[in-house]
Amino acid sequence: MTDTEMVQAVPLSAIAEKVGAHLKSRHAAERRFQTYGIVSIIAAITFLVVLLTSIISRGYTAFVQSELQLTVSLDASVIDPDGTRSKEALSSADYTALVRAAMTTLFPEVGENRAARREVMALVSSGAEEEVRKLVMNDPSMIGQTKTLWVPASAPVDQLIKGHMSRDTANGGQFSDRQLGWIDVMSAKGLLKTHFNKWLWTQGDSRQPELAGLWGAVVGSFYSLVVTLLLSFPLGVATAIYLEEFAPQNRWTDLIEVNINNLAAVPSIVFGLLGLEMFLNVFGLPRSAPFVGGLALTLVSLPTIIIASRVALKAVPPWIREAGLGLGASRLQMVMHHVLPLAMPGILTGTIIGMARAIGESAPLLMIGMVAFIVDIPATPMDPSTALPVQIYLWAASPERAFVERTSAAIIVLLLFLAIMNAGAIYLRKKFERRW
Amino acid sequence: MTTVASESYFQQNARQLQGGIKVLSEDVNVYYSEKHALKHVNLGINANEVTALIGPSGCGKSTYLRCLNRMNDLIEGARVTGKIELDGRDIYDRSLDVVQLRARVGMVFQKPNPFPKSIFDNVAYGPRIHGLATSQSELEEIVLNSLEKAGLYNEVKDRMNEPGTGLSGGQQQRLCIARAIAVSPEVILMDEPCSALDPIATAKVEELIDELRENYTIVIVTHSMQQAARVSQRTAFFHLGELVEYGDTEQIFTNPQHKLTQGYITGRFG
Repeated sequence: MTDTEMVQAVPLSAIAEKVGAHLKSRHAAERRFQTYGIVSIIAAITFLVVLLTSIISRGYTAFVQSELQLTVSLDASVIDPDGTRSKEALSSADYTALVRAAMTTLFPEVGENRAARREVMALVSSGAEEEVRKLVMNDPSMIGQTKTLWVPASAPVDQLIKGHMSRDTANGGQFSDRQLGWIDVMSAKGLLKTHFNKWLWTQGDSRQPELAGLWGAVVGSFYSLVVTLLLSFPLGVATAIYLEEFAPQNRWTDLIEVNINNLAAVPSIVFGLLGLEMFLNVFGLPRSAPFVGGLALTLVSLPTIIIASRVALKAVPPWIREAGLGLGASRLQMVMHHVLPLAMPGILTGTIIGMARAIGESAPLLMIGMVAFIVDIPATPMDPSTALPVQIYLWAASPERAFVERTSAAIIVLLLFLAIMNAGAIYLRKKFERRW
Repeated sequence: MTTVASESYFQQNARQLQGGIKVLSEDVNVYYSEKHALKHVNLGINANEVTALIGPSGCGKSTYLRCLNRMNDLIEGARVTGKIELDGRDIYDRSLDVVQLRARVGMVFQKPNPFPKSIFDNVAYGPRIHGLATSQSELEEIVLNSLEKAGLYNEVKDRMNEPGTGLSGGQQQRLCIARAIAVSPEVILMDEPCSALDPIATAKVEELIDELRENYTIVIVTHSMQQAARVSQRTAFFHLGELVEYGDTEQIFTNPQHKLTQGYITGRFG
């Protein structure tokens, strides 16, 4: 009471002066705060640009692969000496000999010199014979003809062409002068070119970097995510709806809420251990299977989805509920007809955040054995597989120079995967959002 | 206790038209956790009349209104004792389904709260969930009838598929009334339905209330004494959770029996 009296006693101009003096520092504080914000945004953008630039500049070359054009004569006496044309005979034939013959035809100076032969064969990938085999298996009538085809060059040749390896042996180059000469000749003749790297997109892992592909990991990740989505979305949303709309507020629901919040902060490797113990040891599910990976990732993404869904449900204004119930809607009808549609955009965003966390997780997958070296593309979610983040981890640990660019390429693919998922989330949000 | 539940809506409506006491409250108490919000209220609400509940803020009039369709059930820690009968049947009886009760006792809220759906779907929602229409044409008839009764039809007939939230405040409130009467309730509860409306929209809603009286029993909570005097036949004055005075509106406003009532309606407090 005395305070207000004092204020009233002071003449107006003096009050204005006081306010003015304060105003200065208030404006300064405001400007300072804005500056902090701008600085942090610039820092964040800089980090992002540096990260993306380094990954893309390192990885983009992995999307092309050097290939050699070979003119292979499909000699019937080598492929199918008995003339049976049976599948077994065709698939087990000595295609390496055909490739070797094609290489020595290119460079007649090699002749029968074993060292020279080895050197010339070092230019071509072991995937070359696979290419020839495929050609013959697809159309056995070609046997006896001479065919021109592109086969993968070996990883060192590829790295040399892309400029990742020095020509000088003193600087880590792997080629002799004779080999360098052959490479130059082939480049000059147009027989050595970089093409789109189809192996990266169609093959599983391989010890040969030039034949190593991401497709196995992509399919493994995809299966895991489908399992995760199918389990965690309905479970998470149902849990959130029950806790938010139906459950009584008491000690038990409080306890559940605290525990769910804690689960969101549990290190993911713990979920991996749980998955190992429960899914593999107790339930006896197969090791390295994307299905089990999906189960483990469900544990990771569930808390996020539950928390986000509860927030979205809480944000629906209470009068929507009253309006529904006042008309005689049951609680379930009220939730399904009015509350859930309005909460859907938020729930979907939360789900995508949960899924994004799941796709980037490697630790739980390591625990359930998805870290193995697996060449085959998984046909079902129960087949052994790796996943994208695990594949990145595996390639990053590989010593070959060619795996460096492939590691970055795998990261680019993982980021693309995420970008596509986010685009899908934005589309769904737009679709479910009510604009009135 | 009569077996109301087994009767059809139409039979119930027929009985309602006979008049008499529609809702009877005996010794109703409401507690919010420890707070005794409503104390020993005895009140009989006549059929086909408008009963106004007036009183200063926090006097329990909204609390009482929300007892009548059991909206208090939604409030955590709320407890209701005593007896409230609708057509002689206790609405707090365990065997009575609250969903069925709310179909018979509709409610219009303080803030217009149309669903974020089209005008048509807003009105059609109640009949749909209760299965009142067997065909689309029947549903359309109910919707058009309700909009007609709410005096909104002419204003919205060309934009039935536009969002209900795009209407003006007064139109939204009449849409909410149309939505409530689409279920063919017997009693309509109105919780300060005009407090968010301008005078012209208020006049329209009041006019509407007067028309609806013919077919429905209406209980309205209002802060406006003039409104209570204009629209209601009976008035109940609440103070600090107690029903102080209840009688004909004319009598309450011209010759209040209680000092508190007199003080309130003459504006000495409130």
